[in-house]
Amino acid sequence: MKKICFYFQVHQPMRLKSYRFFDISKDHNYFDEEANRRIMRKVADKCYLPMNQLLLDLIYEFKGEFKVSFSISGTALDQFEMYAQDVLDSFKRLADTGCVEFLAETYAHSLSALVSPEEFKNQVERQAKKIESLFGQKPKVFRNTELIYSNHIGWLVNQMGYKTMVTEGADKVLEWRSPNYLYQNQHVPELKLLLKNYKLSDDLAFRFSQSSWGEWPLTADKYVDWLNSISWTEEIVNLFMDYETFGEHQWVETGIFDFMYHLPRLVLERSEFRFCTPSEASEQLQVRGSISVDNPISWADEERDLSAWLGNHIQDDAFESLYRLESKVKRISDKQLQQDWLYLQTSDHFYYMCTKFFADGDVHKYFNHYNTPYEAFINYMNVLTDFEERVNKHIAQLDGRTKLQAVPELKKIAKPIAKSLAKVAPKAKISVKSKAKPTAKAKPAAKAKPTAKEIPLAKKKLPAKVVAKAKPVAKLKKVVKVKPVAKSKTVAKKAAVKKKK
Amino acid sequence: MKKNKLKVLMFGWEFPPQISGGLGTACYGLVSGLIQHNVDVLFVVPKLYGKEDKSKFRFVDANQVAVNFDNPSFNENLKKISYLEINSRIIPYVSPEEFATITDETFSDVTIDNKAKTLKYTFTGKYGKDLIKEVQQYAMVAMQIAKDNEVDVIHAHDWLTYQAGIVAKEVSGKPLIVHVHATEFDRSGEHVNQDVYNIERAGFHAADTIIAVSRLTRRILIDRYDVPPHKVVVVHNAVIPRSKVIYKKENLLDKQIVTFLGRITFQKGPDYFVEAARKVINEMPDVHFVMAGNGDMYLKLVERVAELRMSSRFHFTGFLNSAETDKMYGMTNVYVMPSVSEPFGITPLEAMRSGVPVIISNQSGVAEVLKYVIKVDFWDTNILADSICGLLKYPKISKTLAEEGYKEVEGLKWEYAALRVKEVYQETLKQLS
Repeated sequence: MKKICFYFQVHQPMRLKSYRFFDISKDHNYFDEEANRRIMRKVADKCYLPMNQLLLDLIYEFKGEFKVSFSISGTALDQFEMYAQDVLDSFKRLADTGCVEFLAETYAHSLSALVSPEEFKNQVERQAKKIESLFGQKPKVFRNTELIYSNHIGWLVNQMGYKTMVTEGADKVLEWRSPNYLYQNQHVPELKLLLKNYKLSDDLAFRFSQSSWGEWPLTADKYVDWLNSISWTEEIVNLFMDYETFGEHQWVETGIFDFMYHLPRLVLERSEFRFCTPSEASEQLQVRGSISVDNPISWADEERDLSAWLGNHIQDDAFESLYRLESKVKRISDKQLQQDWLYLQTSDHFYYMCTKFFADGDVHKYFNHYNTPYEAFINYMNVLTDFEERVNKHIAQLDGRTKLQAVPELKKIAKPIAKSLAKVAPKAKISVKSKAKPTAKAKPAAKAKPTAKEIPLAKKKLPAKVVAKAKPVAKLKKVVKVKPVAKSKTVAKKAAVKKKK
Repeated sequence: MKKNKLKVLMFGWEFPPQISGGLGTACYGLVSGLIQHNVDVLFVVPKLYGKEDKSKFRFVDANQVAVNFDNPSFNENLKKISYLEINSRIIPYVSPEEFATITDETFSDVTIDNKAKTLKYTFTGKYGKDLIKEVQQYAMVAMQIAKDNEVDVIHAHDWLTYQAGIVAKEVSGKPLIVHVHATEFDRSGEHVNQDVYNIERAGFHAADTIIAVSRLTRRILIDRYDVPPHKVVVVHNAVIPRSKVIYKKENLLDKQIVTFLGRITFQKGPDYFVEAARKVINEMPDVHFVMAGNGDMYLKLVERVAELRMSSRFHFTGFLNSAETDKMYGMTNVYVMPSVSEPFGITPLEAMRSGVPVIISNQSGVAEVLKYVIKVDFWDTNILADSICGLLKYPKISKTLAEEGYKEVEGLKWEYAALRVKEVYQETLKQLS
């Protein structure tokens, strides 16, 4: 019994709004809510809702014989929750049939696997949790953003406990071999690989409505003929594609829904193929070969490599600038910042910056709302500059806190210096105290225990006069490198102690 | 005894508020100054937009001039002027983006009144694809204006109006002053447009006196156009006074910003700014750079900045309107004008007027009049980077340059420049009489 395995990718990025240089530091809301809502509603009405209904009908009609799988990015799930609860509900109904498997991926549909195992793992865990909470099943099969795969990524995925992964059946990897078998990672044999049959997949995803194509129009009958013509030894046909193929890339007028309506019946009646989920395929099939992939492959463009997202200068600089912030972001617990961090990692942002406008230019243009890659790049960098500002502010706050904790230690050093200073200029010290007290503004500075947050504030509020008079204190700052307010506090305290005496 | 007012017929191509380059602003300043010195200026533009200050200035709108074609001098002049190919595409001051919108609108036409034996030309006054044709028709209109108005001196600004100046001189017999704000070599480097060069050359040789905006420009006229040195005088540009505006530094808190503001073209040396930026960031990683403006090197430089991996510190704003320009100066710690060839260069003065310390290239005319700036050779990006770091690291120097620079710019008044121009008129008239 041969198998057909459908996997549909559901993804929507959080698109950035037009964010100008002058918005930096002022506007921390980066996303184009209006556009995201509009696009989500459009795709929901054209694709997600009607296609989910069709699949649901088919699953009921064939009583468990028809099965599919989905991978839904976290950014898409978030947008369902925000703008399209009806879509989420219909996916839940699909999940309830037991004939639909949900795969794991990175929450942000990101390229994190290429640069940061830690970030990659975080995102996969977050995504898996979300899937489990929404659909009641823990993902067992992994798919990486844009089917990006390499030996190393396979190893990382296996380390996270996944035993099966889907990726592209790229010619440069398979060479003379067929994608229609179960494979394994040559270096990590525990990781099984399901490879996309790109010819049969792209017949639907890209060529279905092309009237210039020799096989147009494609009917379910003809498609089943093609399936039947596959060599008898081959065991599985993996049909992987964007879910938006149905109704969005191929409009309803092209007949794509009719095609899908007829396909299951014709497959079950006229062929020896049976539908299965990726998990079933992995469990039921024997591994027939192993593949080794040194340089990452993907399912995009002629090259089947990373060049749609990375490789030109603007993409690389944006990408590197983003991940340069990772170690800092990891220290910050702010929820909004963490969410922005995720959304800024979505691969689409880098896709918009792609400058290869040759063979694949049309596809790129379709997905790109910017006029030029440069426009996309500058917009992204403006946002990232603001984001970096925010990150740095949080870090400064955190560091301020740790410094405060270190104050007792500093006091030890400060004491003798303050003493010697007192000898040199006792007058000045007194003037600091007396000048500081009466003005209301100076109060925060005179208060005993300013929190880390208050320190910069208090520093600003200190009247210029006081600062000028407090010269010896300023000197002390230079020597000990403690925040000026903390010091004036120490000095003030010391003075108070003296007075008591 | 009451002295007669000096009357000047002045040909320009643009006038505020409708301007696309520095030429219009300079004309505004100069004419204002001349009026102060009791000179009567009749200013001709291809097209009036309606927002010009007509209470202060006297204009002639070339669109409205009825040219009498029923006389021999009309045909004679038409023949002389029309030797140029009219399909040349010459866009002197315009960015590619603007070009696209301009070319659609640009269409010169002629309305003929057979009864009165006159015709009117329609001018766009823009820098479109029919520019040369408009330049020629402008000259035909100049012929009529020179016939209709009694003047003492004719004054023509830049190559677009030189033919008009030549024709007006021939018709009226009055001396021609040609004012050079930029030459074709400044605009195009070594790849000069031959038509434009020819017009310029003809203008320089027909002129009785040439005013150059800097010694640098004077040198170009002598070296590249064979102009006799005694014919060229230098009158530096000035700046229109404005009250000092101090902007709050609200953007990019705590970060130092180094700014380039201008057209992103070969002439302005933006590529040297980029290379110097990398060197500064190597030493001072938190400094931010801003390139404001648009131009044909824009994308190339975005690419280069990314290649140098400093996009998180180097920002492109695109074209800025005047409010945004002010805002930008307000945020700026150091302003750089690394021009490769700049006849004068007004933006450093604007920056100084906003209290920003300035670095300019030795290859700019404005370097001849400024003391409180740092001057470097545009090609020496090491020195440029050093200077930027110095200004950022040592606030004393910055402060001195900002304060003294502000005073210095205050002293560069159009009033003074205009007085010098008036003297040039008088000297020229004296020589000829």
